[in-house]
Amino acid sequence: MSQLTPDHFLFLSAALFIIGLMGVLTRRNVLVIFMCIELMLNAVNVSFIGFAWEQNSMVGQAFALFVIAIAAAESVVGLGIIMALSRRRDTVDINAVRDLRE
Amino acid sequence: MLMAHWLFLIPLAPLVAAVVNFIFGRWFLRSVASWIGIIAVAISFTLSVITFMQIRSDGNVLTQHLYTWIPAGRFSVPVTLQVDQLVAIMLLVVTGVSLLVHIYSVGYMHGDPGYYRFFAYLPLFVFSMLMLILANNYLLLFVFWEGVGLCSYLLIGFWYRRTSAAQAAKKAFIVNRIGDLGFTIAIMLIFINFGTLEYTGVFASLGSTGHQTLTIIALLLFTGAIGKSAQIPLFVWLPDAMEGPTPVSALIHAATMVTAGVFMVARSYPIFEASASAMEVVAVVGATTAVVAATIGITQHDIKKVIAYSTVSQLGYMVFALGVGAWVPAIFHLFTHAFFKGLLFLGAGSVIHGMHDEQDMRRMGNLKKYMPVTYWTFLLGSLANAGLFPFAGFWSKDEAIGAAWAQGHPYVALAGLVGAFCTALYMMRVVFLTFWGTERFDPTKVHPHDPPWSMKAPLILLAIPSVLAGLLVGWPPDKGWIHRFLEPVFAQGKAPAELATSTTWIFAIISTLIVASGIGIAYFAYVRGVISPNAWVQRLGPAYRLAYGKWYFDEAYEKFVVHPLYLTSIFLWRVVDVEIIDGTVNGVATAVSYTSERWRRAQTGLVSNYALAIGLGTVVIIGAYLVFGSSLFQ
Repeated sequence: MSQLTPDHFLFLSAALFIIGLMGVLTRRNVLVIFMCIELMLNAVNVSFIGFAWEQNSMVGQAFALFVIAIAAAESVVGLGIIMALSRRRDTVDINAVRDLRE
Repeated sequence: MLMAHWLFLIPLAPLVAAVVNFIFGRWFLRSVASWIGIIAVAISFTLSVITFMQIRSDGNVLTQHLYTWIPAGRFSVPVTLQVDQLVAIMLLVVTGVSLLVHIYSVGYMHGDPGYYRFFAYLPLFVFSMLMLILANNYLLLFVFWEGVGLCSYLLIGFWYRRTSAAQAAKKAFIVNRIGDLGFTIAIMLIFINFGTLEYTGVFASLGSTGHQTLTIIALLLFTGAIGKSAQIPLFVWLPDAMEGPTPVSALIHAATMVTAGVFMVARSYPIFEASASAMEVVAVVGATTAVVAATIGITQHDIKKVIAYSTVSQLGYMVFALGVGAWVPAIFHLFTHAFFKGLLFLGAGSVIHGMHDEQDMRRMGNLKKYMPVTYWTFLLGSLANAGLFPFAGFWSKDEAIGAAWAQGHPYVALAGLVGAFCTALYMMRVVFLTFWGTERFDPTKVHPHDPPWSMKAPLILLAIPSVLAGLLVGWPPDKGWIHRFLEPVFAQGKAPAELATSTTWIFAIISTLIVASGIGIAYFAYVRGVISPNAWVQRLGPAYRLAYGKWYFDEAYEKFVVHPLYLTSIFLWRVVDVEIIDGTVNGVATAVSYTSERWRRAQTGLVSNYALAIGLGTVVIIGAYLVFGSSLFQ
């Protein structure tokens, strides 16, 4: 097995980020978009850990913990909005809400 | 008695009257408005007499500084009143004739719905004219020059609902303005060259300026006078100004406002004397005007128009006298002319009033039977105007013609004599057509009568100086009282060439013969019927048409000035304003609207699109930073 390098972390982080980004841009189900956002956040976490390992610093790991906490808080708020929206419109299709159309 | 302290009251009284009548006249004062005006002008007249007597006794110039209008470092324009002998005489003329016109207007304007307004505008005019005379610098003079022009506009267009009156008022103001352009440029040049606008300052520093500059300044000042004093080519407004009430014509267009140009040139005589070419122009313009206007006067049928052209012609006499350096004769003629021309206009007004607003002489006749006072005063005024010995006009007119001859301008003198013949002819034509001969009106429908005393008294009071004034102040010729009185004013100038006594006598005899022949021809044509005016009209054909058509000045202006300007205005309106300017402004609005219409389509309302925009934007920004801001791709 080849050595584990920080590059591996970065590749993983990039791949996860792109997948998450594509999901946010493409999917129609609101909950799936949300999961993709979480995916992007976790991708960033991975890259933080990789840099922390490379620089032998605790800053990266501490920051990753912050990100997790914030992601959690943001999920709560976001799910709250989704619930309110789905109760009113009876749908979780993001393209159904186009009230701000010109 | 220290008159200098009270000088400001002379113009102030009529100003107060004007303001009071204007504000309170309509609801409170009505017919009392005339009394306010009369009392105010009477105060001015009394003070003018006192001022005159003081100047006569000690000859010192009176000055009163009121206020510094423009204090600008070393340059300042003060509001200072200055009275020398010239101003003293002008004060008497202006306030005296104004007072008589005010009194006359009580009767003439009786019952007019704008009565109070008339007695607001008339004192306002008197105020402006007085300030014009009393000013001690060119800018102040010019302000009130415009002021009298404004009052002239207001008074000509007094019956504003009448279109012709409104047009005439506009014409007067606009034509005047053309002359004022020259005057304004002259004032600017004076300021540039002399650093001051006060008369004393300007005349003291003439030596340091080039001859060409002085000529230009003089000519530009004269253009102002051409406009205001109705000389060729800017005289066209004065006959139209007859649309105004007759007292207005008497005061403004005979005795005072039109003489402002003559006054201003006389006041500026040092500048003119420094330029022989400018004086030449002045003399030629004056002489031409004197003759041309006189020829027009012979042909007109409206009594006021004849007198109007007579005014233009007599102003021509004053102007050519100025042009040959005969300063005192010019002012002398201004003085006498104010009386007899004012009298003639008021007399004409009396005729019009008595004939129930008829102005065409072809429908008058034999009025001496019905209006004796009007007839006799009008006759005296006409003889004075014609210049018959010993009436007032003879002395002043003869001096002007004699001076032209003495100063080496024989053609100007000849023009004066031709004009004198025409003047005698047309004035007596008016007298004979109006007051003698057969009645060409229906006595059952029209009842001519002498006017009430408020109108008769001024006629009589003006007839007296028309007869006597020339003799009293102008005898002996060139050495009379008025010459000695005005001598200090014109002391800086060249002494006019002396006429030999024999030449003076010869001119006196020639002009009397000419005037007598003019009167005689009019008599034989219009009373005896021996000479037929119609036959002469046929014989003179084109010449008659030229004179009757006012030498076609109005038509020429209409064709070469007014119409092209009108077309230019239409072009500026339809093309420049509507198409270009409005087009640009509206075009910008349309472009914005069009663009925003297209950009609106970016607002789809779809969250995915917005998310994509966020993503792409981030990529672009980070990419730009990486490429341009960091060392990654260097």
